[in-house]
Amino acid sequence: MINGILFYTFATVLVFAALGVISSRNPVHSVLFLVLSFTQSSALWLLLGAEFLAIVLVLVYVGAVMVLFLFVVMMLDVNAEQMREGFTRYLPLGLAVAFVLVVEIGYVIGFKIPGSPFSSVPEGYPADYSNIKELGAVLYTEHVYAFELAAVILLVAIVAAITLTMRKRPGLKKQKISEQVSVRREDRVRLVKVEPFKE
Amino acid sequence: MADLILAAPEIFLICAICVVLLTDVFLPADKTIVTYSLALLSLVGTAAMTAYFSVGETVIGFGGSFIADSAGSVLKTFAYLMVAICFLYSRDYLERAGLLRGEFFVLGLFGLLGIMVIISGHSLLTLYLGLELLSLSLYALVAFNRDSGICAEAAMKYFVLGAIASGTLLYGISFLYGVTGTVELQALGQYFREPDALSLPLLLGLTFIIVGIAFKFGAVPFHMWLPDVYQGAPTPVTLYVGSAPKIAAFALTWRVLADGLLGLHESWADMLAVLAILSLGIGSIVAIAQSNLKRMLAYSTISHVGFILMGFIAGTEDGLRASMFYTLTYVIMAAGAFGMIILLSRRGFEAENLEDFKGLNARNPWFAFVMLMIMFSMAGVPPFVGFYAKVVVLESLLATDMFWLAGSAVFFTVIGAFYYLRVVWYMYFVDPLNEESLEAATDFRVVLSVNGLALLVLGIFPGVLLNLCARVLS
Repeated sequence: MINGILFYTFATVLVFAALGVISSRNPVHSVLFLVLSFTQSSALWLLLGAEFLAIVLVLVYVGAVMVLFLFVVMMLDVNAEQMREGFTRYLPLGLAVAFVLVVEIGYVIGFKIPGSPFSSVPEGYPADYSNIKELGAVLYTEHVYAFELAAVILLVAIVAAITLTMRKRPGLKKQKISEQVSVRREDRVRLVKVEPFKE
Repeated sequence: MADLILAAPEIFLICAICVVLLTDVFLPADKTIVTYSLALLSLVGTAAMTAYFSVGETVIGFGGSFIADSAGSVLKTFAYLMVAICFLYSRDYLERAGLLRGEFFVLGLFGLLGIMVIISGHSLLTLYLGLELLSLSLYALVAFNRDSGICAEAAMKYFVLGAIASGTLLYGISFLYGVTGTVELQALGQYFREPDALSLPLLLGLTFIIVGIAFKFGAVPFHMWLPDVYQGAPTPVTLYVGSAPKIAAFALTWRVLADGLLGLHESWADMLAVLAILSLGIGSIVAIAQSNLKRMLAYSTISHVGFILMGFIAGTEDGLRASMFYTLTYVIMAAGAFGMIILLSRRGFEAENLEDFKGLNARNPWFAFVMLMIMFSMAGVPPFVGFYAKVVVLESLLATDMFWLAGSAVFFTVIGAFYYLRVVWYMYFVDPLNEESLEAATDFRVVLSVNGLALLVLGIFPGVLLNLCARVLS
């Protein structure tokens, strides 16, 4: 009962937040709506007992990715009107795609295809079940090789990004902090004796 | 713990890379030579680890996602050798071009790590991760010269097309996983041993996987990126892209198709046959029209890829051996050919046009002879090793009664011989455009000479490498 009420509350807010993302005029509002929809879906995951994924969704997506997104939107000064030009033109296509997706999802859930995970309601885990522990146990034993490789790929991405963006262009004006700090009065100020002008 | 010993070379290399990376950060810009030496040292160390920890028998570890076998050790050793040669050839050129930065060596080593992961990958997940590791390093390397527009264009094309190919491969893997419920090659092999294991989703998945592999190999019709990348990238990077990753592409095909999906041989053999014939045809014919040597070598790569794929089509151990032999000899030839372009290049001048090789014999008879050996070997003229590589592939095709495939391979080889011989003709029978003598460091000269002579020695004694391939694959 209480689960049902919570689910429908979060789900309704989620749907409206998602609509807000694509319909609000101000790109900053869009990003904030996206943040709202992320927190709502993380609440849904909590209801499902996936507490680790729920926390990660908030930490990674809301805490890091969306804040970066917000920075980019604010810094780039995106022209919202220009980006919205094709909205009505592509609306029928979007609706058609959405319709196909809804039909497909309904087919999978509604018809209870034998063998699909939706054909029966899975039993819940006991209250003291920790999925962080379970994930960690698999991640660091069975999949440790793949896990470490993924980490190496991220390292390569960092190295590559720095290699390609950090370069010394000729004629670039740069601050030299150490020189600025260690500057003395004599380096910059020259006292000139000026003879007073007389008629 | 026992699993960690299996991956000792990989673990050593990643530690060495971190050391090289951190050392390079704290070095002043004019001391990159230290990074270079450290990178070479880590290669030597990794090779030593591979030799020391290599096991006689095949061992599968990390829950089925890693395989240590002697064929893998041989392929890895060749990969170390190719990367070391690439570094040796590159240092001089990069210094002259003002591109000598430590990241070149770091990214090169990261790429090598990806190659090693692919070579000893035994689940589709590991293979995919290795491929991404390799590709990511290659994208960054191709874009290495930031101030060159053609370089950025090549990197952009490579990146976008490569991302699509990775996606395709992953999509195919997801089909396979959906149907069989596993990504481990051993379990997949088990699955296909059962009768009527074939189904439509499986075929779809197989097709997507082959598209991904063909892209990474550069087989027609997924070859569009190759000429642009070869031409656009700085020559040392082209040398890197053209040599060691081909070993990885061979290993990927071998592990996935000829090992895990051997049960589907009938289905993928036909697809590979189409890819191989198209690659040979387009590679041999379009290369004739190229006036840029790097672009010409790109098309030559495409036709060689056709030959490598032909070895797989037979589906026999002989065919596999032929493919491995062809791959190993091809990378030696490719390294030599790009080494020659680097040798002829000077500050602000890229000797990438065919005209730049005019009259090389008058300027430097020895290196003209080295280039002659490389070109003859690529064309498949006896007694050079390229000839035997082609012969063993054709033999494996004839042994399984695929006469039309073998016939067309010979036909296109004869066409392809024209553009290799044209380079030789330019070197020996045309007057040079300038009389400048070649300037290069002694180590570079020595390694390039050895590289060229290896083609002749291996051509006279092909049995050594051939037997090695046969022994480790059986």
